[in-house]
Amino acid sequence: MTSQLSFLDVMCPMHAVLAADGRIVHVGPTLRKLHSSSDLVGTGFLDSFDVTRPQNITRAGQLLSLCGKTLHLKRRHAPHVGLKGVIVPHPTIEGGMILNLSFGISAAEAVRRFALNNSDFAPTDLTVEMLYLLEAKSVVMAASRRLNERLLEARTQAEKQAETDALTGVENRRGLERFVARLIARQAAFALLHVDLDHFKAVNDTLGHDAGDMVLQQAAQIMRDELRDGDLVARVGGDEFILLIEGDMQTDAVGAIGSRVITRISALTVTEDHQLSVGCSIGAVLSRHVDPPVMQDLLKAADLALYASKGAGRGRFTMFDPMSHGALPAQQVLDDRGLIAKPAR
Amino acid sequence: MYGLINKAIEIFVTDTHGAARWQAVMAQADLGVTQFEAMLPYDAHVTDAVLQAISVVLGRSSAHMLEDLGTFLVASPSLPAFRRLLRFGGVDYVDFLHSLEDMPDRVRLAIGDLQLPALDLIEQGGGLYHLHCHSGLQGYGHVMLGVLRAMADDYGVLAVLDLDTHSSGRDNITVQVVQDAFSTGNAFKLGWVSA
Repeated sequence: MTSQLSFLDVMCPMHAVLAADGRIVHVGPTLRKLHSSSDLVGTGFLDSFDVTRPQNITRAGQLLSLCGKTLHLKRRHAPHVGLKGVIVPHPTIEGGMILNLSFGISAAEAVRRFALNNSDFAPTDLTVEMLYLLEAKSVVMAASRRLNERLLEARTQAEKQAETDALTGVENRRGLERFVARLIARQAAFALLHVDLDHFKAVNDTLGHDAGDMVLQQAAQIMRDELRDGDLVARVGGDEFILLIEGDMQTDAVGAIGSRVITRISALTVTEDHQLSVGCSIGAVLSRHVDPPVMQDLLKAADLALYASKGAGRGRFTMFDPMSHGALPAQQVLDDRGLIAKPAR
Repeated sequence: MYGLINKAIEIFVTDTHGAARWQAVMAQADLGVTQFEAMLPYDAHVTDAVLQAISVVLGRSSAHMLEDLGTFLVASPSLPAFRRLLRFGGVDYVDFLHSLEDMPDRVRLAIGDLQLPALDLIEQGGGLYHLHCHSGLQGYGHVMLGVLRAMADDYGVLAVLDLDTHSSGRDNITVQVVQDAFSTGNAFKLGWVSA
């Protein structure tokens, strides 16, 4: 009787023929290969396989009712490979069934575990194509992930480099603009200081650019020291720096920081005999004094204050006074810290 | 997708000759990069430049080098997937030879950009086969020669392989599967001793 269905061995190599009581009458060649250690024929189907979907299938008598439905099964013995199946009534065996099985998504694992090859599948089967796809997918995904990590790292480095002043290691103008933009977007309050080195040109002209470079590096380091980690030092010109101090600052506090920077830069030893020295002038503005706090206007305000510092003899700190609306009064009252006091009424 | 091919070549040279030699190859090739990305597209001339540089730096002819590459693709533990797929395609060596005709299509299914030229297997009888490797990929025949040699070893089969390259670009590999090699060998040895 089974020889009449021998074509099933070719077309469905993982099929089984079941009797009405669930006993296995015949298995296709690949299903036999999966159970090489024992002969399935004569044993109960549900002794070797569990039906996981639909649920609650425990008796052979229930199997016939599953005809035509997609079944999910699992081997009861290790390896517990997952299988897909379908049952149809046997054309000649009374109450008998034909069950066809396939690996489904477990194909790659099953091929490895059971050492299967292409001849264990029907010529029409797509398992070999799926295996090519699976291998390619793994390789491609791993390579893509590595590439993306490298690209992300490279981009981060490139961005950093684009915003860094090569000589001093502080931010450059681009970095400054981005930092300020973020502060403004967050509506954070801050103080902006424009620091201009005094007598710097003389150092370059007399001692050469190497000496000038060193002065710049040291000055930048001083400014970094005086600020906190979250604040910013940026070099925006040959000997010009912008400092950004986040927080709702008072003029006194900002002035104190400015004074320390002036003092320390003035103390830099340029030559042993102290013939040449540098200093710096500072003009500062508070973000709340410029409305709206646009970068251009902030810089203009700081510049005005810086101009006042230079005009008053350099080496001093000036805070922008919003009352004068940018036009500084002709008579300035400077206290001993170099701050513009409010004009007397 | 020449990125995959170039990366495979890089892995081959690095694994068999060391990272320093690979650096020397890339310096010789003068392409402005020191390593390849498998997922990036490259122009065909890049592969050519690398192969040229390899033959200069390693002092081996392109032909030998490409054949070694083919062997490497099958035998190297760094690239197990290729051998797995080829072995799956054939229960024995002859079966595997027949499955080669489907390989370019299967590769293109799996990796759309990688178009390997067609392979035709002609059976001549008596264990003699011709594998026509169509043109379109420089060195294809040599690499396939290495693959076929390594796979013969893998299947435990004794086979004699030769490559004829044609100016048209269509290479022909002759495979003579030696059926009775061992028995013939043994008989000959016994005959010699008894004489």
